[in-house]
Amino acid sequence: MTPELGHFALILAFVVALIQGILPLIGAQRNHGQWVALARPAAQTQFLLIAFAFACLAHGFLNNDFSVAYIAHHSNTQLPTLYRFSAVWGGHEGSLLLWVLMLAGWAAAVSVSSRHLPETMVARVLAVLGLVSIGLLAFVLFTSNPFDRLLPAPAEGRDLNPLLQDPGLVFHPPMLYMGYVGFSVAFAFAIAALISGRLDAAWARWSRPWTTAAWVFLTLGIALGSWWAYYELGWGGWWFWDPVENASFLPWLVGTALIHSLAVTEKRGSFKNWTVLLAIAAFSLSLLGTFLVRSGVLTSVHAFATDPRRGVFILILLAIVVGGSLLLFAWRAPKVHAGGNSGLFSRETLLLMNNVLLVVAAGSVLLGTLYPLLIDALNMGKLSVGPPYFNAVFVPIMVPLLLLVGIGPLARWKHADLKDITARLRVAAVLAVLAGIALPKLMGEWSALTALGCLIAVWITASGVFQIIERLQRGGGLKSAPASFWGMHLAHFGLAVFVIGVTMVGGYQEEKDVRMAPGDTVSVGGYSFRLIGIKEARGPNYLATVGTVELSQDGRVLKNMHPEKRRYLSSSMPMTEAAIDAGFTRDVYVSLGEPLDKPGEKTGAWSVRVYYKPFIDWIWGGCIFMGLGGVLAMLDRRYRIRVKSAETVAETVMSKGTVAGTPA
Amino acid sequence: MKPRQKRIAIIVGGLASLGIAAALLLNALDSNIALYVTPTEVAAGKAPQGKAFRIGGLVKEGSIQRNDMTVRFIMTDTAKDIPVAFTGILPDLFKEGKGAVAQGKLDAGGVFVASEVLAKHDENYMPPEAKAAVDAAQKK
Repeated sequence: MTPELGHFALILAFVVALIQGILPLIGAQRNHGQWVALARPAAQTQFLLIAFAFACLAHGFLNNDFSVAYIAHHSNTQLPTLYRFSAVWGGHEGSLLLWVLMLAGWAAAVSVSSRHLPETMVARVLAVLGLVSIGLLAFVLFTSNPFDRLLPAPAEGRDLNPLLQDPGLVFHPPMLYMGYVGFSVAFAFAIAALISGRLDAAWARWSRPWTTAAWVFLTLGIALGSWWAYYELGWGGWWFWDPVENASFLPWLVGTALIHSLAVTEKRGSFKNWTVLLAIAAFSLSLLGTFLVRSGVLTSVHAFATDPRRGVFILILLAIVVGGSLLLFAWRAPKVHAGGNSGLFSRETLLLMNNVLLVVAAGSVLLGTLYPLLIDALNMGKLSVGPPYFNAVFVPIMVPLLLLVGIGPLARWKHADLKDITARLRVAAVLAVLAGIALPKLMGEWSALTALGCLIAVWITASGVFQIIERLQRGGGLKSAPASFWGMHLAHFGLAVFVIGVTMVGGYQEEKDVRMAPGDTVSVGGYSFRLIGIKEARGPNYLATVGTVELSQDGRVLKNMHPEKRRYLSSSMPMTEAAIDAGFTRDVYVSLGEPLDKPGEKTGAWSVRVYYKPFIDWIWGGCIFMGLGGVLAMLDRRYRIRVKSAETVAETVMSKGTVAGTPA
Repeated sequence: MKPRQKRIAIIVGGLASLGIAAALLLNALDSNIALYVTPTEVAAGKAPQGKAFRIGGLVKEGSIQRNDMTVRFIMTDTAKDIPVAFTGILPDLFKEGKGAVAQGKLDAGGVFVASEVLAKHDENYMPPEAKAAVDAAQKK
C-alpha cells in the first residue's frame, strides 16, 4: 500500500508543479494578485508531497519490500541499515527522485526566505522552478517510476552494488545533487529577470547568495566523490578525467565564473547579459551532466546498465531548457542596457579575464568529453580521449587564472593603478619566487612544474595575507571587514592549499605494483612494507581476504595495515578495500590485487599495490576551505537587508566600491 | 582610453586567447585520441601502427594465464581472437567470459600489449565498445 501512496503523492506533486509553473507566471504578467500569491504555497506543497513520496520509498527499503521492482534490484535483507537507506538513491529511479526532491527543496527554501523580495519576482522565480520540476517529474513518472511493482515479489533482493556500500557514497550523491540542482535557482532568477526586463544590481544581489550556496554544495560534492574514488576504487588516483567526473566539473567551472561575474553585476551594474548567459549555462550543464550519467552513452565509472529511451527524454528536456532560455534571452536581452564604464585596467577587466579563462577551460573539458560522442554519432568510428588531453589543455589555462587570483582582489573597481598594485605585491612576488625555488628542493627533485605549483600557492596565500593585514591596519579590527571579505580570502586560500596538494602528488608520488609473498618487503617513498600474512574473515554481508602489512620507517615499526579483498555473498562481486594510513604531509596506501600461486604452488604470494602520496589530503582540505569560504560569503549581512529600490543599490555600492580592498 | 578603443582591446585580447586555446586544444586532441578497434579489424591489419588504440570484446573462457605480475589473456569478438599481455593489477570485475576494454599497442609478434585494462563497476554492465565489437562480428 505504501508504494501506491508514494506514487500517488508524486502524481499530485506533478499537478501542483503544473499550477506552480503556470499560474503565478501569468499572474505576475497580468497583475492578478491571487495568482501571484499561489507561488509560495504551491512550492511548499510540492516539496511536502515529494518528501512524502521519498519517505514511502525509504520505508520500503528499510522494510525490505521486494515487491517494488526498484527495491528488489537495489537492496537485500543482509544489507546494513545505513546502506539500505542510502540505497534509495543507489540506482537510476531513486536518484532521480532525489533530484526532484532537492529541486522542490530549493524552491521551498526560496519561498520561505524571500520575504524581502518583490512578490512578482518571487512568483516568477518559483514559477520557473515549477516548470523545471514539471519536466523532471514527468521524466520520473513516465520513464523511471521507482514505485513500479514486481509481482510475484522475490524472496530476496539483488543487492546494492558493493561499490556503493560505503559511507562516502552515502553523502556524495546528495551533496552533488544539491549543487547541480541548486544552480536551478540561479537559472530561475535569471529567467525571471529576463521576463520582467529588470536585469539590475538588485537582481544580482538576490541571486548571489543562492548561487554561492549551490556552488558550495557542488564543491563539496565533487570533493567527496574524488575522495571516494581515491580510497574505494583501489587505483589510488584522485581525478581521472572520467566523463562523469567532467560532467560534474563543467557546472562547477561555469558556476565559479558565475559567482565572480555576479559580483561585477551587483557592484557595478555591468556584465548583465554575460551573467545571465552564465546562469543559463551553469544549469544547462547540470542537466547535461544528468543526461551523461543517466543515459549510459559514455563508458565510465558511473555507467550502469541503462535504458536508451531515458537518455532521449533528458536530451529533449535539455533542448527545451537551453533552446527556450536562449530564445528568451535573444528576445529580451537587447532591452537591457549595458551598465557602468570602466578603465582597461580595473577589477572589472580582471574579473572578465577570470570569466574568459574559466569558460574556455569549461569549453575545452566539454569538447574532450563530448568529442567521442560526436564522432560516434557521425559514424566516424569510436574513440576515447584520454587524461593527457585534459592535462595538456587544462593546466595551461589554469596557470594565468591562478596568478590572477593574487591580483584581482587588490584592484579597484572602475580604474586600478598598476603601479600601486605592483608596489603592494612586491613582497608577495619575492616570497612566491623563493618558494618556487626552495620548496621543490625540500621534497626531492626540482622540476619546473612543481616549482610553478609552489610559486602559485605561495603567491595566492601571501597576496591574501598581505591584503588582510592592510585591511586590519586601516583600523576597526576584525569585525570591520564584511563576512564576504573573509569568505573570498578563505576560498582563495583553499585554492592555494588545493594547488599544493595537486603539485606534490603529481610531482612526488610513488607507485609500485609488486608480487609479495608473506615475509617479503617492499619500500616506497622512504617507507617499508612487509607482508606478514593473509587470512580469511567474515563481514556482515561479505567474505573477505584480509592482509596484514607492517609499515615501518627507518627501521621503526609504525603500524599494521589491513587491506581487504571482499566477496559479497549476494552478488559474488569482488571488491578491493585499500588500507590507507592518512597523514598531514602524506598518505601511504596498500591494496591487494589477486593471488599469484599457480596450481600446486603454496607460496601464498599476492600481487600488491603500494603507494606513497605526499600531501594528497590537501587536495580535499583545500576544497573544504573553498566551501567554508563560500558559506562565509553567503552569510554576509548585506544579503539580509531589505532592498528598497533596485537603483539605489547600484549607486550606493558604486560609491563604496571604489574603496580598494572591498570584496568582490 | 576611449570606449571604442577599449572595446577593440577587449575583443583583440579575447580573440587572441581563444586562438591560443584552440591551438592548444587541437594539438592536444590530435595526440591523445585512442581509436576503438575490434578484434576482427586488428586481425585484418586495420589497427593503427605505432600508436596506442583500444580494443573491446569478451575475455575468452579459459584464456587467462598468470606469470607473476604479467597476465596474458585472449580478447575476442566471437569471430577473431587477439592475444593480450598486461603487467599490473587487473580491475576487480575483470572475468573470463565478460566484456572488457583494453588500451595499448601491438608488438612485433602481434600481441596487444595493454597499458590499461578498463574497469566496469556493475556486474551486469557491458562496456558499449565491447558490445559493439561483438555485435559487429556476429552480424557477418
